[in-house]
Amino acid sequence: MATTTAAPGRPAPGRPSTKLGSAALEVDERLIVAGPLRRTLNKVFPDHWSFLLGEIALYSFVVLLLSGTYLTFFFDASMKEVTYNGGYAPMRGIDMSAAYESTLGLSFDVRGGLLIRQLHHWAALLFVASICVHLLRIFFTGAFRKPRETNWFIGVGLLVLALLEGFAGYTLPDDLLSGTGLRIFSAVFLSIPVIGTWIYFTAFGGDFPGELIIGRLYILHVLIIPAILLALIAGHLLILVKQKHTQFPGAGRTEHNVVGNRLFPTFAGKATALFFIVFGLCAALGGLVQINPIWLFGPYNPAQVSSGSQPDWYIGFLDGSARMFPPWEIVLWGYHIPPVFWATVVIPGLLFTMLAVYPVIERKLTGDTASHHLLQRPRDVPVRTSLGAMALAFYIVLWITGGNDIIADKFDISLNAMTWFGRIGLIIIPPIAYALTYRLCLGLERHDREVLEHGIETGVIRRLPSGEFIEVHQPLGPVDAHGHGELAYGGASVPKKMNQVGGARRAIKGFFTPIEEPAAVQAEAQQEPRGLESAREARELTGSGRPSEGGRPAEGGRPAEGGRPQQEPRD
Amino acid sequence: MSTNDHRPGSAGGVDEAGPQHGGPDEEYPPERLAQMDRTELDRLGAQYDGVEVLHVDPAPAPGSPLEKQASRQVTLWFFLAAVFAVLFLVVYAGSGWFLPSWEWEVGGTLWSALFTTMLGLTMGLCLISVGIGLVLFVKKLLPHETAVQDKHDGSSFDRVTTTATLSQALSNSGLTRRKAMTRTLGLMGAAFGAMLIAPLGGLIKNPNSGNPLGTTLWADGVRLVRSDGTPIRPGDQEPGSLATVFPAVAGGNRSADSPLMLIRLRPEQVTAIQPRPGQQDFGYGDYVAYSKICTHAGCPVSLYEQQTGKILCPCHQSQFDVTQGAKPIFGPATRSLPQLPIAVDDEGYFVARSDFPEPVGPSFWNMGRLS
Repeated sequence: MATTTAAPGRPAPGRPSTKLGSAALEVDERLIVAGPLRRTLNKVFPDHWSFLLGEIALYSFVVLLLSGTYLTFFFDASMKEVTYNGGYAPMRGIDMSAAYESTLGLSFDVRGGLLIRQLHHWAALLFVASICVHLLRIFFTGAFRKPRETNWFIGVGLLVLALLEGFAGYTLPDDLLSGTGLRIFSAVFLSIPVIGTWIYFTAFGGDFPGELIIGRLYILHVLIIPAILLALIAGHLLILVKQKHTQFPGAGRTEHNVVGNRLFPTFAGKATALFFIVFGLCAALGGLVQINPIWLFGPYNPAQVSSGSQPDWYIGFLDGSARMFPPWEIVLWGYHIPPVFWATVVIPGLLFTMLAVYPVIERKLTGDTASHHLLQRPRDVPVRTSLGAMALAFYIVLWITGGNDIIADKFDISLNAMTWFGRIGLIIIPPIAYALTYRLCLGLERHDREVLEHGIETGVIRRLPSGEFIEVHQPLGPVDAHGHGELAYGGASVPKKMNQVGGARRAIKGFFTPIEEPAAVQAEAQQEPRGLESAREARELTGSGRPSEGGRPAEGGRPAEGGRPQQEPRD
Repeated sequence: MSTNDHRPGSAGGVDEAGPQHGGPDEEYPPERLAQMDRTELDRLGAQYDGVEVLHVDPAPAPGSPLEKQASRQVTLWFFLAAVFAVLFLVVYAGSGWFLPSWEWEVGGTLWSALFTTMLGLTMGLCLISVGIGLVLFVKKLLPHETAVQDKHDGSSFDRVTTTATLSQALSNSGLTRRKAMTRTLGLMGAAFGAMLIAPLGGLIKNPNSGNPLGTTLWADGVRLVRSDGTPIRPGDQEPGSLATVFPAVAGGNRSADSPLMLIRLRPEQVTAIQPRPGQQDFGYGDYVAYSKICTHAGCPVSLYEQQTGKILCPCHQSQFDVTQGAKPIFGPATRSLPQLPIAVDDEGYFVARSDFPEPVGPSFWNMGRLS
């Protein structure tokens, strides 16, 4: 396309003038990536703190992959019995498995090994925790609705796999605490009707503990589950990018747009910062806060156990379920179904199944089959929010019961009373949570309506000529003849303080002395309103947003009418 | 363009350039683009991608006090990150070189006790400083854009044409008509899948061959020994005490289902004892022996309260009463701890009289029907 219009000394239009530009041109002449790259850089991400929760999960997964790879250089997943002769003197001469010995080795004899081991463990706790909080955000804001059900299913799958991955991981050192957990796990296998003993013998390669289980858990932990997690995370993100983010309702936000920051540089900068902060937090915790001190527990021995044994936090609800379940064993013709089956197979199975199919249930019950890209405030969907609170209460009672011995000990409560608290609480607390949440949602909804109708309480009291005292209210928009606000509720947060509607200009910056002109700040405040609202008239939100007709070259052989003949920008 | 020219040596017809990949180059030739400034070009590209920049809060003006302060802050955090990284390297590499050794010992140095702490602190602070620096950079030194991007609904054109392509291929394949072939494909798929997973059958172990779940290492005449292998005489334990003992066979003290609690009852417990039916003679004098493996989930029941004669499992808080044949009296356990019949051999040491009369440990499906 080079033409003759190039001025002397300057490159032709469209030709690069710098070395970096020439290099970029060389790349693009080969890969033709400028277009896709620009589309990626221009992708808009909505800006809300709760959208970072999933990112925390993603970044802690990256930290887990990095630190876990390091640990494999030192860990020996073998149950071969060896006699310890390493750096930790109190254990010398004790028989233990090679797995336990190598874990001691990487804690005491590898420079910095303990830091990475503890960092890995903390990152695992953070990984599961951030998945759970992310899940709650998705649930309570209705982000799982069509078209995002697939990502909800993938997310529930990720959660279950993360639990298994965590359990397999903390079992690997073959210490007394995790070995006891593994034995309980073996009882869970055994409890399954008909095929339980077969699963048990197949998993352990014979009777518990055998000599295979650590090796099998190892390959599950470092290859099989991480590979599935990685594939599911990739799918989760691809679908997210394809479908674009949801956003909370607000000025200028519709079902057909995304308002926020472009990927580059704002979002990319913030996301990178968050990665460093997550990594740094794991590293600081790994160095400062001891976790899973296996050298204090000792090697696994089927005849020993420590009192106050607690699993990692995310397994606690299963432990609680096993603790509080009444001693109901079904025995028919010599066949047994023990309570462990109901407590640790049926209850969690139901919990996760209901969690997974919730979007389908809600669709069936509400008959809402439309696609939604705007989020809902939890208060605006009181039934769903209350159901969520109920499920959460159920989970929390189980979780508390998982630590009932610790609570009984620390607060000097009868242990049996704590068990009864779990048994009764599991039945009566969730409905109470439902009722309370429902009332709370209605109350919040009503308050929103009241502020829209009567305005914001200003705190200014005025005395009328009649002697009556009234509080002055600031309407949020136009009012009718009776002074009632005419703004309808739009699903967005309603301002309830004067400062939220520009009642005062922002504070002047500068810690010790002002570093900006107060007059400039005042002038800035007077330009309000600004942003989305001020630009509304000038904007066409329903159009394609491209340069108007003719923005694309006409391409031969493609239909000019009907459907979307033009190629969609790829996300 | 023709693709039908099959003459030998032919290049396949006239080769013309097709449409460009992507952008509207005809409307925006290089000359036109060259006249636009960088911001215009950025906005043009964004607009082409369905993105409109609605509003920009400009970054603080270069040289303004606000900008100076912000860039000082960002610089400071990045500098701190570098300092912490260097400190990490010094602690990591310097320990045992020009700093005290890092290796932990009982009664060792403070330095070695704090080694991991210092590493975590410096690494964590370094990474967090980078993060804070970046956040401040984005928030205080970059312009704040508010952009809006269109969200596209699915296109019926795409749907119809794609469906046509797929259904045409299906129709051309004739699979809907050629029933025998379709069914054979299904059969092949099922058989092929089964073949692929069949080798996993090698994992399966039969839990019912040789009754491994119903038997332990205990047998008639096997001595009760402590974990160090020493046998036990009736006079060795105080009344009210509990000892964990193992069968005197190879691997007895590592076996998962053989650990045994040998309990010497206190005199008032001996008179109050209510053994399970048919197990009245399982004890020996004031001694009784129960399996240590909890019948709930297999943990070792360990906490013995000698005043009340209760045994508590620390895993799920099942409680067993030793005076009632180790019957579960609270918690999730459903079955009594199996009792081992014991006696004293010619040399005066405790021995088992047989294996446990029932399976040890957690319940399982066919436990009542073991041969």
